[in-house]
Amino acid sequence: MNQSTKTSRIVTHVFIIVFGLLMLYPVVWMVASSFKPETLIFSSPSIFSKEWTLDNYTNGWNVVRNVTFGQFFQNSFLISMIAVLANLITCSMAAYAFARLKFPLKKLWFACMLMTIMLPAHATLIPQYTIFHNLGWVNTILPLTVPKLLATDAFFIFLMVQFFRGIPRELDESAIMDGCGIYQIYTRIIMPLAVPVLITTAIFTFIWTWDDFFSQILYLNTVDTFTVPLGLRLFLDSQGESSWGSVFAMSVLSLIPITTVFFIFQRYIVEGIATTGIKG
Amino acid sequence: MKSTEALETPMIKKKSKEKRKQYIAAYVFLLPWLIGFLGLILGPMISSLYLSFTRFDLLNTPEWIGLSNFQAMFQDERWIASAKVTLTFVFIAVPTQLIAALLVAVLLNKKMAGIGFYRTTYYLPSLLGGSVAIAILWKNLFEIDGLVNQVLAYFNIQGQGWISHPDYALGTIIILATWQFGASMVIFLAGLKQIPKELYEAAAVDGGTKRQVFFRVTLPLLSPVIFFNLVIELIKSIQVFTSAFIISEGTGGPINSTLFYTLYLYQKGFTQFEMGYASAMAWVLVFILGVMTLIIFFSSKYWVHYEDGGKL
Repeated sequence: MNQSTKTSRIVTHVFIIVFGLLMLYPVVWMVASSFKPETLIFSSPSIFSKEWTLDNYTNGWNVVRNVTFGQFFQNSFLISMIAVLANLITCSMAAYAFARLKFPLKKLWFACMLMTIMLPAHATLIPQYTIFHNLGWVNTILPLTVPKLLATDAFFIFLMVQFFRGIPRELDESAIMDGCGIYQIYTRIIMPLAVPVLITTAIFTFIWTWDDFFSQILYLNTVDTFTVPLGLRLFLDSQGESSWGSVFAMSVLSLIPITTVFFIFQRYIVEGIATTGIKG
Repeated sequence: MKSTEALETPMIKKKSKEKRKQYIAAYVFLLPWLIGFLGLILGPMISSLYLSFTRFDLLNTPEWIGLSNFQAMFQDERWIASAKVTLTFVFIAVPTQLIAALLVAVLLNKKMAGIGFYRTTYYLPSLLGGSVAIAILWKNLFEIDGLVNQVLAYFNIQGQGWISHPDYALGTIIILATWQFGASMVIFLAGLKQIPKELYEAAAVDGGTKRQVFFRVTLPLLSPVIFFNLVIELIKSIQVFTSAFIISEGTGGPINSTLFYTLYLYQKGFTQFEMGYASAMAWVLVFILGVMTLIIFFSSKYWVHYEDGGKL
């Protein structure tokens, strides 16, 4: 390696590091600020401080009367967990039918499923809201979870169909020889072998449901049903700029579940994005 | 299944029974999706198409008013503003994001120490960026006494309240979208790894400069991935809601400068309960997105280069 390529390599490295740090700086600054006394947060753009405190966390946690952020976290986790389980089961069932079984109208249904991937949710929004409203489901978790039980996240079905098709059919055939039926092939052959795509589905269902502010703001209107994103929004309504410390503290907490999931399953996420084009 | 079928040819009766069993099983597996598709997607689609020709406030029965909603839209200043804001956003944010993603991906597409760490660093913003938390942070960064102006003050530049200025508020949301280029970058990186090394070696033998190699080898071979990212980002950007809602506190202000289409649709449908109008807006959105997607698809044969000639 000659001198000039060596220098250009170092320049590239330095650029990548500096630019990356610059991008992450606001987030790091928010984390640091959440531990600073309110009065010191805007005194300098630095992340360092002469005083540290946990006050922002206790104040933010109890910002609403009678309800704590603990309740919001509980609601968010409940909705996200049901969504994950529901997507794993119902999307894989539909995908199994599309990938492995023969049945009338298969092509038509498959085309319908593909179409719904690209359809903006707004096209079905008002009637869906009317249905859930008439069922008395507004201010419950049902409008946020029942659609997942009915496999409406077609993107994951598509993802699983692609994966299931890659599982060798010889395995199905030898299972049939051993006396397995259609249902056992699904539970004993396909699902165990599909763990990578199931993990990808679980991760992204969790993240997207956790962050699904639009559906949550539509269907959850009473404070005790609020999720974490709706809880954060309360700060903007009620207290405004006066309490940025507690806003930052709760914002940091709200990012912890997603970040944790990311760092545990990093390998699956990056591979998932790279091979399937799924986005965070 | 072909081999087992061949074995069973003499037993036609048994075969048709097997077939029926498979049909039933298939529909059992398909059932949740089928109910969801018919009840929560197809039905509501037809119903919202109908509602777009009516006046509807959720409580009373819809009243047929023909094309009035659509006519009203084109005279509604706020609707025009919202269409402009969203189109401006799409036409600036999508290309900037893809270019940033491509450039960083090319830089990272080398054998180097710490590649995993860099990839994580650049990907992280797109993982977090869709949250309310980051939208709140963004709002604060660009306030008059926010971090951005504090940094500018170091360089003796007098900043201003970016969020509250109608010329700059949309810009802050575009920056937020660009900040999240990491997901596209990871897809570009995967695409770059697919390009055969021999092509680069051949280009080097022919004495191609770095720039020539990029434009004549890398870019054409990466065009299917660019195409894919373009379609995905278009669909995502045209539906942006959270950042605009949080940064403008639900108003779309100042002076409608962050009144994204979906934000206005939300206001019409769920704060003013003009649900017929909101449905009409939704169908215009579907139509515009459809036209833009078709344009990209049809133009792709002129700029997307498939190694195998485009056959599936």
